[in-house]
Amino acid sequence: MEGQEVGGRPLQGFLALTKRELKKWYKEPLLLLITVLQPLIWMVFLGKAMNLGAVFGGGVPPELARGLMLRSFGTTDYFSFMATGMIAVTCLFTTMFTGFSIIWDRRLGFLNKVLSTPVSRASVIFSKVVYATLRSSFQVLIILVAAFALGLKVGPGFHPLHLLGVFLVAFMVCVTFSSLFLMLALRSTRWEAPMAMVNLMLMPLMFASNVFFPLELMPGWLRAIASVNPLSYTNDAVRQFTIWRLDRGALLRDLAYLGLFSLTISSLSVYLAKKYLSR
Amino acid sequence: MREMVRAEELTRVFNGLTAVDHVTFGVREGEIFGFLGPNGAGKTTTIHMLTTVLKPTGGRAEVCGYDVVKEPEKVRKSIGVVPQEYTADEDLTGYENVMLCADLYGLPREEGRKRALELLSLVQLEPFKDKRVETYSGGMRRRLELACGLINRPKVLFLDEPTLGLDVQTRASIWEHILSLRENFGMTVFLTTHYLEEADHLCDRIAIIDHGKIVEEGSPSELKDSLGGDLLTLECEGEGVEEILRALEGVREVKAEGREYRVKVTRGETVAPLLLKALGEKGLTVKRLSLAKPTLDEVYLEKTGKSLRDQGESPEEVIKQRVTLWRARR
Ligand SMILES: Nc1ncnc2c1ncn2[C@@H]1O[C@H](COP(=O)(O)OP(=O)(O)O)[C@@H](O)[C@H]1O
Ligand SMILES: [Mg+2]
Repeated sequence: MEGQEVGGRPLQGFLALTKRELKKWYKEPLLLLITVLQPLIWMVFLGKAMNLGAVFGGGVPPELARGLMLRSFGTTDYFSFMATGMIAVTCLFTTMFTGFSIIWDRRLGFLNKVLSTPVSRASVIFSKVVYATLRSSFQVLIILVAAFALGLKVGPGFHPLHLLGVFLVAFMVCVTFSSLFLMLALRSTRWEAPMAMVNLMLMPLMFASNVFFPLELMPGWLRAIASVNPLSYTNDAVRQFTIWRLDRGALLRDLAYLGLFSLTISSLSVYLAKKYLSR
Repeated sequence: MREMVRAEELTRVFNGLTAVDHVTFGVREGEIFGFLGPNGAGKTTTIHMLTTVLKPTGGRAEVCGYDVVKEPEKVRKSIGVVPQEYTADEDLTGYENVMLCADLYGLPREEGRKRALELLSLVQLEPFKDKRVETYSGGMRRRLELACGLINRPKVLFLDEPTLGLDVQTRASIWEHILSLRENFGMTVFLTTHYLEEADHLCDRIAIIDHGKIVEEGSPSELKDSLGGDLLTLECEGEGVEEILRALEGVREVKAEGREYRVKVTRGETVAPLLLKALGEKGLTVKRLSLAKPTLDEVYLEKTGKSLRDQGESPEEVIKQRVTLWRARR
C-alpha cells in the first residue's frame, strides 16, 4: 500500500472495501442462494449423471473395470474424481464475476469516486480478490459437505486436517483467477469485450485440465496445455489431499507452482491497476 | 487571492474525439466556480481530470497547489468529490456509506464516526441514517453524496451536476446546502451544471463550455452585461420618439415596431427615468414601460449560437444518466 492511509489503521481502506463487497453479498438472499446452489448443481449434474466409470466398465469384467479406473483416475469412483474437480471449477466461475463487478462499479460511478480518494489502487484490486476468495471458500465448504454426504471415497491415509490443505489450494487458485479477470476488465466500461474474452478462455481452461479426465488419457497436445494450466495443479493437489494417496513430492510441486503463479499474476494486476485504473 | 484550482490548456482526447479542448481557468479560494454547458460539453471529463480519475492528454492542472498528474495522492487528500451519478451503495445504509468514505480517507475510527454523524445531521439525514439507501429519494441520495464528499473536510469540493433530475424544491434545498458550505467553512467549490438558474444562483463566476472549449468566462452579472445591457420595452404614441430615444445617454440600440419601441440600454434602472423625463418634456406620454434584465439563457444563446438543450452523448453516459434520473425520481 502506498502509505496514504494516514492517521487510520493500516489496510483501513482495503478492509472497508472488502466489507462493502461482503455486505452486498450476505444482504442479498438471492445472491447467497445462488452461491450455495451453483456448486451443488455442478456436482449433481456432472458428478452423478455423467458417470464415466460406467463408460469405462462397459463390457469388461467388473474387476478389470475397477483396475482400469484405479489406474487412470486414481480412484474407483468417478463421482469422487469429479466432485473434487468441482472445487477448482467453482473457484473459476466465481472469480470470473469479479471482473464484471469492477466494470459494474465503473459504470455506476462508484469506481470513479473511490479513485478520487486516497485509497491505494492495490486496495481496490485486493478487496475484490479477497471477496472472491472468501465467497469461493464458502462454496468449497459446501462442496466438501455435499461430496461427503453423497459418498466421497477418501484415499488411503486421509486425515480431516488435509481439508485445510484443500482450502489453501482453493485460496491460491482464486487469487490467480480473480486477479486475471480483474486485469482483463481494468479499463473496460463495457461488458462485451471482457465477456467474449472470458467465454473464450473458460472452456479451454476447464477442458484442457484434469477436471474431467486425468492427463494420462489425453492426446499429447492437449496434455501439453493441461500441464501448464493452474487448474490441473489445483485438482492434483486437492485430490492428493482427499481421494488419492498423498505424494509429498508431487504435492510440493503443485503448491509451488500455484504459489508462484498466484503471486506473479496478482503482482502484475496490482502493477497494471496502478498504471491503468485511472484511464 | 490564492488559486485553489488552476488549469492550463487542459485537454483530453478519447480516441479521436476531443472532449476537453485546451481549457484554461482558475478558481480562487472561497469561490463557487461553475462550468455551464450542455450534455457532452466536457464538464464531467474536466472534473475527472481535476480529481485524478482521468489522465489529461495535454496541458496541466493543479489543485490546492498540487499537480494532478505528478502528485495525485496529495490532490486526493485535499479534495471532496460528489459525482454526477448516485454512487452510494444501495444495499448499505446511509451511515454505512458515509463510514465507507471515512475509511477510504483513512480517518481514525472515532473521528470518522463523529464526523459521519455530524454530516448526516448537517444534511438532515440523521433520522434515516440506518435505512438502506435503496429507500432514499433523489434529494436524500444527493444529500448523502454531499455528506460523503465532505467527510475529509476538503479544501476544494467538486460537484458534478449536483441537482440533476431533482424537482424544483429539492433543488433549492441543495442550493442552500452548497451556499452554507461556503458561508460556514469558506470552502472552495467547483461545480458543473446545465441548468442556467443554478449557475446564476450559486456561482460567483461561470465558464460557459461548449464542445470542450470555454467560450466565455465571468461573473453572472458580467456575462449578462456583456450582452449590451438591459432591454426596455415601451409603448408611446406620437412623432419623433425614436430620435429622442437615440439621443439619450446610455441608449445603445432602438428598434421600432409601430408604437412599440425596444430599447437596448446599459442600465435599465438609470435610463428609464431619464427616458420618461425626456419624452414628457416633449409632451409625449408613455403608455407602458417594461424593463427586462438579460438572462444567462440569452448569454448562452449569444455565445454558442444555440439554446441549452440536450445533445448527443456516449452510450455509457446515457446509461449513467438514466440510472441517476431513475433513482432521482424515487
Ligand atoms: N470514457 C469515454 N470514452 C469515450 N468518450 C467519452 C468518454 N467519456 C466521455 N466521452 C465523450 O466526451 C464528451 C464529453 O463528455 P462529458 O465530459 O461527460 O460531458 P458532460 O459532462 O459535459 O456532459 C462526450 O462527447 C462524451 O461522449
Ligand atoms: Mg456530465
